[in-house]
Amino acid sequence: MKVVLQNLTKAFPNRNKKIKEDFIAVNDFTFTVPDGKLIGLLGPSGCGKSTTLYMISGLQKPTAGKIYFGDDDVTELSTENRGIGLVFQNYALYPHMTVKQNILFPLQNLKGADKLSKQEMLERATEVAKLVQIEELMDRKPSEMSGGQQQRVAIARALVKMPRVLLLDEPLSNLDARLRLQTREEIRRIQRETGITTIFVTHDQEEAMSISDMIVVMKQGVIQQTGKPQNVYDDPTNLFVAKFLGTPPINVFEGKVSGGKLYLGDDCVLDVGGVDDKDVWVGIRPEGFIVSNNGPLVCNLSSVEVMGRDSSIVSTHSASANPVIRSIVDSDLSVSSSDKTVRYALKPHKVFIFNKETEERIYFTNPALTNKTKTGE
Amino acid sequence: MVASKHQWKAWLYLSPAIVLLLIFTVWPIINTVRIAFLEGYNGMMVVGGTKFELGLGNFKTVMETGDLGKYLKNTILLCVLTVPLSTIIALLIAVCLNSIKPFQRILQTIYFLPYVTNSIAIGMVFAAMFNTIGGVNFKDSWGIINNVIQFFGGEPIIWINQGSTYAANLAVMVIYIVWNALPFKILILLGGLQSINKQYYEAARVDSAPRRRVFWKITVPLLSPMLAYVIITGFIGGFKEYTSIVGIFGEKMGPADDPGRLNTMVGYIYESLENGMQGQASAAALILFGIILVVTLINLQVSKKKVHY
Repeated sequence: MKVVLQNLTKAFPNRNKKIKEDFIAVNDFTFTVPDGKLIGLLGPSGCGKSTTLYMISGLQKPTAGKIYFGDDDVTELSTENRGIGLVFQNYALYPHMTVKQNILFPLQNLKGADKLSKQEMLERATEVAKLVQIEELMDRKPSEMSGGQQQRVAIARALVKMPRVLLLDEPLSNLDARLRLQTREEIRRIQRETGITTIFVTHDQEEAMSISDMIVVMKQGVIQQTGKPQNVYDDPTNLFVAKFLGTPPINVFEGKVSGGKLYLGDDCVLDVGGVDDKDVWVGIRPEGFIVSNNGPLVCNLSSVEVMGRDSSIVSTHSASANPVIRSIVDSDLSVSSSDKTVRYALKPHKVFIFNKETEERIYFTNPALTNKTKTGE
Repeated sequence: MVASKHQWKAWLYLSPAIVLLLIFTVWPIINTVRIAFLEGYNGMMVVGGTKFELGLGNFKTVMETGDLGKYLKNTILLCVLTVPLSTIIALLIAVCLNSIKPFQRILQTIYFLPYVTNSIAIGMVFAAMFNTIGGVNFKDSWGIINNVIQFFGGEPIIWINQGSTYAANLAVMVIYIVWNALPFKILILLGGLQSINKQYYEAARVDSAPRRRVFWKITVPLLSPMLAYVIITGFIGGFKEYTSIVGIFGEKMGPADDPGRLNTMVGYIYESLENGMQGQASAAALILFGIILVVTLINLQVSKKKVHY
């Protein structure tokens, strides 16, 4: 079941009553979720991603725009009749019911042709409990379980009625770090096994990158970029997306293009063909640095952290927009902590330049870039 | 834990309340028990220097009182009729109030007004509404309630005056007690409803639960601690029913032609006190205490199974 969102807009009356203008939470959101895929809605808090999810669920009505499940227009359909499964951020398990009763609850509401016998309901509940691996917990109450277990029950409750679309609101935010890693793999596995079109909301870019088939990056209610996680990471369309994706985050510099060369401060670091002379923002991924004795970018070395396979080098540079520059390099090319400076050459495909005012990407050519910088899609 | 060297401070702050409670609550309770077991205890005779022997005579006297069955019946009937009725009506009103947005505050205040009104005053207004004025056969006025009944084509009923039936008396009492009990119950239940996480209702919508099912499967269980509270306190209050009857019928505790018809256990205790039978009154008070204790224990036992915390 593909989900089509057409010009979806949600406006709230402004909280400050003096301001007549509405607050636009989601602005002209158009996107098609392909059938059977796992989509991550990603953005900082307040960017409208949860509002988008709640509009898909029907719990919030869009101010404008249309929502289609497959070919059905469900924009005016109430939540009850949409046939969706929704996992809430804090799970919202009914606290007075056992796990089994929680999972059975949606089934007991089925009417007409969908109505199941008691036996069938139990079978379905057991089946879905097996899928999320909570068969042994069926008689527990939510308060007697850990966050991770509650999370599985919430997913089971959402899945048991075989929803057309599964929606997850910040599904991992209430779990500890270890459980988060484990559970996101679980979500991926369950989604693959059931093949249900799934949309989940997160502010954690790593989470979205690791399990989504596609991500949608949002900022202030507007879609910034959509695509496969790797493509978005490798080819951000603007500075916001570049900064939002990746850990450690991208290093941003104030740079200058002059005569087809990119300058960071006084260092001429890269050939950038096809770009007019102007001031620009420069983003360099941590893995875009190569330690090189005659590299053009000269930074003041602060510290070196060896993390097994890789080293993380912290340094500073006068043109850097961040307090420090963090680069990830091979441990073999170790730099001594006692050095005063470290010199880098740059990998051209890990360097992005952006318009200083609009923060939109400016594409350039470089002899080292065999194919176009603009990849994929 | 508070450090033990500061404990005396805690005691100091508690002491005014402790002293007052000891004098006006604990000692009277102990004394009631003592008096109940003193044969034929009488306040006047104590002044005269009489010593009383220990014994169960007071309880025997109470049990042998001819009207004890009537008092118990009135007490229990009023309890059994008013507690469920007022709880159900309060729940309905609370749910309705909770689901409206405009006027919620104002209506909440209006519904709470009877709580801050003196119950004797309310009783007198109710009595005025149900009263008939005039002789047995010719009425100058049938009263407001009967006027309404007649307006809709019904036969007037003698509610509380001479010639009224026990059923009519009881009906008035039930209406009055329920009306009087509503504000507190609505307040508690509304508070309970407002503390239920809205997300459970959103989850129920996602689960396509029909409204009726949401009410029975989600609202009622999540409200059960408050429901148990209003039911238990309702029963305790019900067994102590007295002022409401005085409010409607006056100290006769019944219609003019049958005084004492609606008398209750507490009414009997007061009567005994007025007649100087402190021993008998104390024994009756202990019996009432025993009944309330048993009923409350049953209530708690039931709620242990039904109440979700």
